[in-house]
Amino acid sequence: MDFMQQLVQQLINGISLGSIYALIALGYTMIYGIIKLINFAHGDIYMVGAYIGYFSITMAHLSIVPSLIISMVVTGLLGMLIERLAYKPLRHAPRISVLITAIGVSFFLEYTSMYFVSPTPRTFPAVFDNIAYHFGPFIINGQQMLIFGITFILMVALTYIVQRTKIGKAMRAVSFDTETAQLMGIDANRIISITFGIGSALAAAGGVLVGVYYNSIDPLMGIMPGLKAFVAAVLGGIGILPGAMVGGLILGVIEALVSGFVSSTFRDAAAFAILILVLLFKPSGIFGKNTREKV
Amino acid sequence: MTQLLKAEGVSKSFGGLKAVSDFDFYIDNGSLVGLIGPNGAGKTTAFNLITGVYQPTKGNIEFDSNSIVGLKPYQITQRGIARTFQNIRLFSELSVLDNVKIAYHSHVKYGLVEAVLRLGRYFGEEKRVEERSMELLRIFKLDDKAQEIAKNLPYGAQRRLEIARALAAQPKLLLLDEPAAGMNPQETQELMEMIRWIRKEFGLTILLIEHDMSLVMGICERIYVLEYGIIIANGTPGEIKKNPEVIRAYLGGEA
Amino acid sequence: MNSLRKTDLIMLVFGVALFIVLQGLITGRILNSFWQLNLIILCINIILSVSLNLINGYTGQFSLGHAGFMAIGAYVSVVLTTNFHWPFLIALLAGGAGAGFLGFLIGLPTLRLYGDYLAIATLGLGEIIRITIMNIEYVGGAAGFMNIPHNTTFTWAFFLMLATLFIIKNFVNSTHGRACIAIRENEIAAEAMGINTTKYKVMAFTIGAGFAGVAGGLFAHCFYIINPTSFTFMQSFNYLIMVVLGGLGSITGSIAGAFAVTFVSAGLASWPEFRMIIYALMLILLMFYRPQGLFGYIEITDFKIFSRFRGGRKS
Repeated sequence: MDFMQQLVQQLINGISLGSIYALIALGYTMIYGIIKLINFAHGDIYMVGAYIGYFSITMAHLSIVPSLIISMVVTGLLGMLIERLAYKPLRHAPRISVLITAIGVSFFLEYTSMYFVSPTPRTFPAVFDNIAYHFGPFIINGQQMLIFGITFILMVALTYIVQRTKIGKAMRAVSFDTETAQLMGIDANRIISITFGIGSALAAAGGVLVGVYYNSIDPLMGIMPGLKAFVAAVLGGIGILPGAMVGGLILGVIEALVSGFVSSTFRDAAAFAILILVLLFKPSGIFGKNTREKV
Repeated sequence: MTQLLKAEGVSKSFGGLKAVSDFDFYIDNGSLVGLIGPNGAGKTTAFNLITGVYQPTKGNIEFDSNSIVGLKPYQITQRGIARTFQNIRLFSELSVLDNVKIAYHSHVKYGLVEAVLRLGRYFGEEKRVEERSMELLRIFKLDDKAQEIAKNLPYGAQRRLEIARALAAQPKLLLLDEPAAGMNPQETQELMEMIRWIRKEFGLTILLIEHDMSLVMGICERIYVLEYGIIIANGTPGEIKKNPEVIRAYLGGEA
Repeated sequence: MNSLRKTDLIMLVFGVALFIVLQGLITGRILNSFWQLNLIILCINIILSVSLNLINGYTGQFSLGHAGFMAIGAYVSVVLTTNFHWPFLIALLAGGAGAGFLGFLIGLPTLRLYGDYLAIATLGLGEIIRITIMNIEYVGGAAGFMNIPHNTTFTWAFFLMLATLFIIKNFVNSTHGRACIAIRENEIAAEAMGINTTKYKVMAFTIGAGFAGVAGGLFAHCFYIINPTSFTFMQSFNYLIMVVLGGLGSITGSIAGAFAVTFVSAGLASWPEFRMIIYALMLILLMFYRPQGLFGYIEITDFKIFSRFRGGRKS
């Protein structure tokens, strides 16, 4: 395989991976945008989503699309429940307290899952015959097509909800200024809850897709993608939806290039290096604006 | 008289918005100067420019005949300008005494090694800092509350503690940002006495921002009036009271 | 005699007495090798939690990269003892210096960040350190570094822990420590009081990283082999749990936190899931009901009984 061909192939792999990061990053960025919380547990919600998808396919013998929907709904509800139990009581606590709580929630999800489903990785069933599509010298396989397709549909749906619906408008209002939004008659608690629901559902979709893509899931699978999705959200500009999408894709591509051309062991380091560079040189991310505390 | 602080043509804009423009003023050594103006006139911005929190977009600020533009806030404090804040910024979880001790920071003469191994000047210096902090607290009638947590003090006492803390930094110029805000008339009266007294006792130069006219007119020797970021008047309290521009700015265009 | 010196002396006498008792139990074979190792690990964990508390608790700069600095100390010191046959103590100090130096280099740019951003950035830096080590063939890469001399005894661990406590306690009770605490309380006011906030944040970070390096060296010399997987950010979370449990801003609290976590972990070694579920619930419940941790800002020497020993008021 010559260099150009390999490059394009890595780009395709990168965009597949990046689409999944983007799905998780959207939830991160929505939640950060609305309550300024780095939801450390977001990656674990994605893991739960993958397991729910796994069980609907293997035990309920459903096909991929219904499994995906079930996983998104159940995980979305789980996200809302977590918000209600763990974060809502701390609405006025210092941000570090909430961050520590989120770390606790993350551990809780990881290790209760481990207790119930055992730490051994599970093989995600092949949902359809693995067809490879040839475009000239390049190969896109069925799973990648599925990832592109579903990610695209979900992003269009999310953009529609946020831009066109009443709930979306309320979400934007609350994230802009919670108190004023409340004065305007918006039930901020309800909107925050819905945001957690939507964010978690998107992460669940990412989880199921990752199961389909890599064929293997385990209770700690959410840690790294969770952190990387955060990197993607920061890269795009935290709190900004198109930022999370673009950030996720860029991160996926960079990772694919690093593992393809440098060494796969540096893949994770690349993500963190990007994070640090972005935070130091453009902390507001690609799409963001800079602000400063008023004295 | 020598000029301790001199600002020439200082402007500051945020984005397109001019917060202060062509700010020219001076403060004589040992004087007590007031800065007044309606809300949003740029008073606190002026303070933030002097203390290095903001950097001027253009113009120069000199303190003790040296330019302080470009210096960081802590460097300006070390050169001898200390301040209080409009919205009290104490170290609220720490004791009253520790609040003051912290402000002695630039004047403590022991190094890191002496500190961690408790050698040399450590004990002597710590004792000196503690004694002088207690002295300051006595002046501000806070000595009996030295071990209390700062945030538990009544409002007026928190304002006094902020001034005590600023004095611990041993400034030549003290900037007070609305020191009487939220105080009742009797507390304001006491504060006036206190400001007069510390100025004499510590040989200070004071610049204060204030809304309370009686306080400003009562103790300041010279007053600058700001409106929309521009100095519209400057003079003694007597002159300011009669200045038609000032009356217009305060009473809304009736003069 | 000065009352501060008196407290130090009382604590030293108490520490030595504790050492004699524990060492007696070890020599008399009343504590088996499992508990011996756990006592050593406890001392190491105390160094780590107290040094992390200096950064996270006293200075208020939330770092999640402690395991990375521990790794630097571990690898620098094992290379020096195993390959160059340096004396143990010198190698440990060199490991600490290496970690501190890296902390300084990293801290300078990173500490401009605030709160949760700093947390994630330091977590990322810790991981970058670990992944870099994993790719250095000279130190064994992912397979790990082998044939490490088993130098860490209870005596070394205990007295280095005492030294750490002494130094960090003195630091936080000096004008330098007060500067750090002022930054935690209100950074803008601290700067207005003439405190060079960048300098003190970096100083706290450097000192904290340095002690983490020493602890890493002690840790590495407990075992025959060390491996980059011992220094993942999950380890940093472990130390964070100790600090948060004990109290962000209390040395006594960090010791208690290290004690609790070390022995809960040892006791539940066969049920790792339960151990982590307990920690998870503990973190959440602490944030709900006692966010300042068990000790808050209080030290054991603040209690009345100590002022009676000293015969004076608390200073």
